[in-house]
Amino acid sequence: ARPLGLSRSLHQHVSPKQTDFNVIQSKIDPLSADFAEKKKGFEVLANKLASIHEQVTDPAFIPEKIKTKHLAKNKILPRDRITALIDPGTSFVELSLLAGHEMYGKDKVPAGGIITGLGQVNGVTCMIVANDSTVKGGTYFPITVRKHLRAQEIAMQNKLPCLYLVDSGGANLPHQADVFPSHNHFGRIFFQQSRMSSAKVPQLSLVLGPCTAGGAYVPAMSDESIIVKGGGHIFLAGPPLVKAATGEIVSAEDLGGGEMHSSVSGVTDYLVESEQEGIERLRECVKNLNYPQNNGHVTYNQTPAPIEEPLYDPKELGGIVGDNLRISYDVREVIARIVDGSRFSEFKAKYGESLVCGFATIHNHKVGILANNGPLYSESSLKGAHFIQLCKQRDIPLVFLQNISGFMVGSEAERGGIAKNGAKLVNAVVGSGVERFTVVIGGSYGAGNYGMCGRAYDPRFLFTWPNSRTAVMGAEQLAQVMESVRSEKGHADALRERVEHESMAEFGSARLWDDGVIKPEDTRKYLALALEASRGGVRQKEDTDFGIWRM
Amino acid sequence: QSNASVQPEILKSLCVANRGEIVHRVCDTASKMGIDTTSFYTEPDGNLAFSRSANNNLNLGADTKGYLEMDKIVRLAKENGCDSIHPGYGFLSENSEFAKKVQDAGLIFVGPPAAAMEAMGSKSRSKEIMTDAGVSCVPGYHGENQDPKFLEAESEKMGFPVLIKAVLGGGGKGMRIVESKADFQKQLASAKSEAKSSFGDERVLVEKYIKRPRHVEVQVFADKFGNVVALGERDCSVQRRHQKVLEESPAPGLELYSADCRQKMYKQACDAARAVNYEGAGTVEFIFDRDSPNGQFYFMEMNTRLQVEHPVTEMVTGVDLVEWQLLIASGRPLPKTQEEIQADMDKLGVHAIEARIYCEDPFNQFMPSSGKIVHMQLPQVGNPRLDVTFEQGDTVSPLYDPMIGKLIVRGDSREEALKKLRLALNEYEIVGPTTNIEFIKRVLKHEGFRGNNPTDLDTGFIPRHGEVLFANEGTPSEVYVQAAIAQAFPKALSAPSILEAANAFSSVGTAGWSSMQTREVTFKNGKESVVVTLTQLPGTNPTEHTFAAKVGDKAIGNVTASHFNGKARFKFPTGQHVNTVVSNDSNLGNVNEVHVFHRGTHHKVELATPDWITAVNKRIGAGAAAGGSFNDPDALEVATPMPCRVVRVTVKPGDVVSKDDELLVIESMKMETTVRSAREQPTKVKRVAFVPGDLVKQGSVLIEYEE
Repeated sequence: ARPLGLSRSLHQHVSPKQTDFNVIQSKIDPLSADFAEKKKGFEVLANKLASIHEQVTDPAFIPEKIKTKHLAKNKILPRDRITALIDPGTSFVELSLLAGHEMYGKDKVPAGGIITGLGQVNGVTCMIVANDSTVKGGTYFPITVRKHLRAQEIAMQNKLPCLYLVDSGGANLPHQADVFPSHNHFGRIFFQQSRMSSAKVPQLSLVLGPCTAGGAYVPAMSDESIIVKGGGHIFLAGPPLVKAATGEIVSAEDLGGGEMHSSVSGVTDYLVESEQEGIERLRECVKNLNYPQNNGHVTYNQTPAPIEEPLYDPKELGGIVGDNLRISYDVREVIARIVDGSRFSEFKAKYGESLVCGFATIHNHKVGILANNGPLYSESSLKGAHFIQLCKQRDIPLVFLQNISGFMVGSEAERGGIAKNGAKLVNAVVGSGVERFTVVIGGSYGAGNYGMCGRAYDPRFLFTWPNSRTAVMGAEQLAQVMESVRSEKGHADALRERVEHESMAEFGSARLWDDGVIKPEDTRKYLALALEASRGGVRQKEDTDFGIWRM
Repeated sequence: QSNASVQPEILKSLCVANRGEIVHRVCDTASKMGIDTTSFYTEPDGNLAFSRSANNNLNLGADTKGYLEMDKIVRLAKENGCDSIHPGYGFLSENSEFAKKVQDAGLIFVGPPAAAMEAMGSKSRSKEIMTDAGVSCVPGYHGENQDPKFLEAESEKMGFPVLIKAVLGGGGKGMRIVESKADFQKQLASAKSEAKSSFGDERVLVEKYIKRPRHVEVQVFADKFGNVVALGERDCSVQRRHQKVLEESPAPGLELYSADCRQKMYKQACDAARAVNYEGAGTVEFIFDRDSPNGQFYFMEMNTRLQVEHPVTEMVTGVDLVEWQLLIASGRPLPKTQEEIQADMDKLGVHAIEARIYCEDPFNQFMPSSGKIVHMQLPQVGNPRLDVTFEQGDTVSPLYDPMIGKLIVRGDSREEALKKLRLALNEYEIVGPTTNIEFIKRVLKHEGFRGNNPTDLDTGFIPRHGEVLFANEGTPSEVYVQAAIAQAFPKALSAPSILEAANAFSSVGTAGWSSMQTREVTFKNGKESVVVTLTQLPGTNPTEHTFAAKVGDKAIGNVTASHFNGKARFKFPTGQHVNTVVSNDSNLGNVNEVHVFHRGTHHKVELATPDWITAVNKRIGAGAAAGGSFNDPDALEVATPMPCRVVRVTVKPGDVVSKDDELLVIESMKMETTVRSAREQPTKVKRVAFVPGDLVKQGSVLIEYEE
């Protein structure tokens, strides 16, 4: 027998700084011609989107007549109201800026006529929903209703107090059929208000303009409401309709003005004399919600540490992804420009390599990342399902970086049970319970959209990049399929062009397939803000379990 | 010098019957000499550092006049085992009755004998003694002979110009300055007739008129053995309302008059002290006639105490004056002879200057100021001497003297000393009470005060140059930008807490295509408003906030704000600054004030109150603006801009007052102010809020008018 002790090999101590095997080593050369060319292509897309966004938000694009009339009434422009409402120096995460873009022909409805977003008010992260009365009098187009409902959904899922800045003429009458009666139409707004209230999501209204008919229920169903004297009016029917219906002649102020509602009907709780005072009052009301502030992540991690920025410049992302989805790159280059210190603790690196999985932190929030590096095979699907189970057990939120042409097709894949294994991934996503965040960084095609937590899979937030494409399949393949199943020929080109157009980021974003198109370099910021909104303040852990595993 | 072979013992236990910086000063030296120290304080002063600086600190009670209670002080000193009392300056320091009481109680008074104090206490008697001792006094004829020819002859003897004054005169009536003999009779007749009609008495007196006097004083020291020495002189000509502002040693340029000018002055000063059997530290004040060809000077009075400005003498002589006071009070001889002192001064070759920091507003008739010191930064540059009463967080009470400290620097030449003083003043920051720091900087900048031989130094300096010294120099746009950032984005200027740093909303900066936020901050500049527009730009560093700034229509460019070592750091396109910015402090008398210390200048700007806030305040009945103002002609309320005591109320409800009618008289910082109506139209008084004797808080409404 060997002498005791000699058989042991001792582990040599290393300082944590001596080796950092988690740091992603970038192989990108920003000075290369290849990079420059991809960057140039990307910038064409980005510049186009920048210009659309500018037209939506810059007050210079509000028609002069409307702007002058608005300001003459001592009213503040809608985005300036929000600036005044949120804490100075904090971010406002405006969502779905492209809503309604090129959807109503000649009618331009910038941002869908309603501004929604996340902002902090006295340290509390809130969902802010503000009618934009400079857009068609703040009336509700079909997209306006959907955007309003989406904002309420976000508030509900993330337990965010919801602040309504009401200044709307009600339903847009020419579109009444697409606005009024159906499941997710106007009535759903108040249904949601009631559901939110029962789920203890606070709601406050500041009435700055008209709230007619159904609109009257927005302040009426809020926890507290504030009304601006002379500016805000709440009534089920305005003076013209009252006259038509009953012959009564009454002024708007007497019928539903602030003075009346605050002292007679009790519909409103605070009467203010100016919009500025109303905004300060609203800030005060938020203080009195006794709602937890978003203090970074300390609610579930006790040791806040300084935040490490990525080692590589996020501005390089455009030159990495380019504008052509066919040109592949290693998705770790993207991860390296999103996560803290470019540190990525990769899971099962050698197995199912087309799906990259691993742990990282974003602004000190621990996250589990799933990112595509090719089509999904059986192995990659199983690996993803496995990884999601780990994150569920550990209460780690999931970040999906979607660039997926789909699950692998062909006889070999089918024989390998790709449908069954893909289903495991889908099942894992749905049952994961933890917060999910999706960024479409490239293609989002077919069932890949489902497996990688597309819109239908309830990610808390879904953002897309300007170069992304979302469609059931590539426009080229789709045109070919159609040509083969149809008898007549010759429509392929037109169809391909239309599908190509419909796959573009701005097309989807206009229809609320996402919560907004973001610049790749801002991805880290948006994810940090989204994580903050979802996991700070009040948080409800979803108590779900996985379904039956189909083995 | 004394020949005693055994030196008397040094004092054992000293108490200082005073308040503020002089207590620290005396206790410091006493402690170095192994003497036990005791201080007194009144309850209003109970939180100031001096009230806990001695080994033993005794409470004089709530009455603010406690420092004047002789019997109590003597009794407490005795009960607490003190063997001596140092009176400091002011209060009881020149009270011969107190000196006697101290001696009668068997304690040692650190100061001159009561008899010497008495002799110097009376102006007329001291002049007689001085004239007898051969000390030159201002020539004049104060007798009964009113013959015009005789008066003219007397005037000629003293030399023109002369001053003719009505014996019963006052307020400038019956007063004439006569420049030459030719004018004398005409001016005399005119003065007499005016005196007759004004006072019913045409008698006049004639005095030598000194057109441009300098205040030059000599520090003397005398021991019990008849030794008297002079420790150089000080020039204290820069005065406002007979209060010294800047004091320096040596007095510049005396040697230009005559080589022995200083020695002559020292001799007269020593003679003056000898004439009253002086002991201890004293100051002999002279009027120095700038326009006399060989430096004529005249005895004015003797201060029988240690002076506020003693540090400049300490710097040029290397002597600790308090140490000498204590040695002499112990019965020891003077440590140095006149020759030794002179040799030390020659060797040091130093010029020293002291600036008195007062709580007052030089730009508003030197109106006294008081209140909490919200921010104080003492200067470090050049390692100056600072004798200070207050610390940050202390409250300057309107009940006592407005001097809050002294800043003393030295240089190898006057020019160097002045430059160092200016640098130090640039670092001296006080927010809370208004101070004269900015004003002193103006004096130092003035052409007539600068250089080794200033061209314009005499007691008329401040009134003569008022237009330049009190000019409104305006506020640079950069200051408005800094004030606006401090106002709208206060977090940009302070270190974020660990929680804030972890909060993405406050740390990632703006993100996205469009999340720029623009805020406007409006300031009030007199009747005009200054609007600063700040558009927050996406930042790359979470601790830096960048704004595109505009002041009015003028684009300033991008300004980056961050915090740096507890201060605010601003990067402008033209350069960067690390500044102190104080705003939004409820301890300030006026919460609308924003203070910016920018490039060595203290700028105070005022936020405008938006109409909607005025409307809200009116609705909820909130009081007038916290600042308060005497002289807003449009206001229907007269409010006090400072805490004060009402001395007299002149009007009652129902009275109709016109512009400049007296409303009431208030007192603050030992100074009375008459409050007059600013109304352009006759207005009826609705309410008088206080009665004489009331203590009034800053910003309180004193008088209300009917609409």
